[in-house]
Amino acid sequence: MPEEKTPNGKNGKSAGLVERLKAGVKEDLESLKTDLPAKAKEQVEILKKPTKTLVYTSIFRHKHDDTPRNRALGVLSNVFLHLHPAKINRDAVRYSYTWGMGGITFYLFIVLTLTGVLLMFYYHPSKVQAFRDVLYLEHDVPFGKLLRNMHRWAAHLMVIAVELHMFRVFLTGSYKKPREFNWNVGVILLVLTLLLSFTGYLLPDDQLGFWAVTVGTNMARATPLLGHEGPFGAQLGMTPYNDVRFGLLGGSIVDANALLRSYIWHCIGIPIIASIFMILHFWRVRKDGGISGPAPVVLDSEVKEAKK
Amino acid sequence: MDWKQLWEILSAPDNVPIIAMIPLLAFYIYLAWKQASANDVLIAQLETNPSLAKTHHRKAWPFQPGWAKEVHVWPFLLRVEFLAAIIVTIILMVWSITLNAPLEEPANPNLTMNPAKAPWYFLGLQEMLVYFDPWIAGVVMPTLIIFGLMVIPYIDTNPLGAGYYTWKQRKFAIGTFLFGFIILWVSMIFIGTFIRGPGWQWFWPGQTWDHNRLIYEVNRDLPDIFGITSNLGKGIFGAVVVGGFFAIGGMFVHAFFRRHNAKDFKRMSLLQYSIMMTFFLTMLGLPIKMLLRLLFHIKYVWITPWFNV
Repeated sequence: MPEEKTPNGKNGKSAGLVERLKAGVKEDLESLKTDLPAKAKEQVEILKKPTKTLVYTSIFRHKHDDTPRNRALGVLSNVFLHLHPAKINRDAVRYSYTWGMGGITFYLFIVLTLTGVLLMFYYHPSKVQAFRDVLYLEHDVPFGKLLRNMHRWAAHLMVIAVELHMFRVFLTGSYKKPREFNWNVGVILLVLTLLLSFTGYLLPDDQLGFWAVTVGTNMARATPLLGHEGPFGAQLGMTPYNDVRFGLLGGSIVDANALLRSYIWHCIGIPIIASIFMILHFWRVRKDGGISGPAPVVLDSEVKEAKK
Repeated sequence: MDWKQLWEILSAPDNVPIIAMIPLLAFYIYLAWKQASANDVLIAQLETNPSLAKTHHRKAWPFQPGWAKEVHVWPFLLRVEFLAAIIVTIILMVWSITLNAPLEEPANPNLTMNPAKAPWYFLGLQEMLVYFDPWIAGVVMPTLIIFGLMVIPYIDTNPLGAGYYTWKQRKFAIGTFLFGFIILWVSMIFIGTFIRGPGWQWFWPGQTWDHNRLIYEVNRDLPDIFGITSNLGKGIFGAVVVGGFFAIGGMFVHAFFRRHNAKDFKRMSLLQYSIMMTFFLTMLGLPIKMLLRLLFHIKYVWITPWFNV
């Protein structure tokens, strides 16, 4: 039977399908040859301008050519920079006026957070392990010694930077109206910085930290009213086992509980409190009109006395 | 001269920041003084020349008409901040590579360190323990320092000198702060770090730390010098002396302040003035008590059964 020759034979329909399939595939291949190279060419052109890509424009909302508008947007539309205003007084960038100590303090706080978190990976706040962990860190952990050194020196540097920052703010009269409240926030941050440093002092659990903290907390015995050796402490029923020093150390001597308390205050408690006050401090700097100066000098003869 | 001893103290890793503070403080005081004197010259010039005062841009730095008064934060401020971050990082890196953080032997409650020193920034307070009982040196004084700092903006009624360095417009405020910061805080830290040795005794720089040194020193109490023996007498005597210091000292400060800061005195309310007086006199009392001890070996001034001052 010459079935194959009849166009409408048993397999006629499928033969048509094959034909169409062939034509389709041929078309696809043709498209691969012509369209893809064209697209590739187009792609190369697009990649030559990475700032036009979908991903890029989804991240950065504005152009970056050097126009005043873009300079302002570069600060205002960036979450890490938006604490800055878009423009400042031409003299406010002078280092001789600002000393940059507030910013350096904040930068050191970030350095301390990063190195501190890395140190936490190697440290157990327990009497058995704390000192060994420090030894391990110094001798076996890659860059462990550098890490610990950086944490310690950054801490010392931060105390110095905070004090110099306060010194500058005082000398330029920057606590004066309307910045009175922010000066107070700053004083609290100064105290928190000292406490952060002090709580960290005990953590290596060596003689230096142990005796420094012993000396420091022994003062708390003498707290008036609340310490068992302080004025009127005994009269109020204070003993070494219920006074304010006991509360600080979690015991009557500097021991395991003191180490744990120190650790938690140092790594969690005070950093959180300090962060909250820092948010407040920076926010108020902006809300109180940015940094205080350098302002034009005011003459004594120009001061208008408030009526009483 | 014991050079080894001197070197040991100076090169102790934890003391390095304090040594670094000397040139830092000197530099920044110089920087502030330079700008303050430039501003003071300008202020004096403008005070005598009212027509210039109307047109002058009022800064010691140059300014030409036509210059933009404001600059963009990006890049003019951010590049300074970026540079500062890089420089601080480099300093920190070099410091951390060249100097190791101290690590002593494991904590041992049975082996007392001598001298046992607090961290360097608290050494001023520890030094105060020589002159005052722990409840004053360790609790009352830190509290007073914190509150003293906090009240500053509320008692300084002088509207001048906000936002620029000056000395002549704020002599009293700056003088007081320098006294508190440099003399009472920084120099006490220096004494605590470099002078105080075993037994918290006074060792001049370069003197060997002798752990067996005994100092024959009879400290007396002020009431004893006056031959007062009864507890009641001592209590009353001390209260009179301390009260007298505040009353007579207050009169002196009042006489001075009223004359030399007449405008501030007029502006201040009674509450502001008395808070200022209290903190100022307490601050003055500190070196006086120290001198009483160091020069006349007087330990307590006011003795009661509950507390001694």
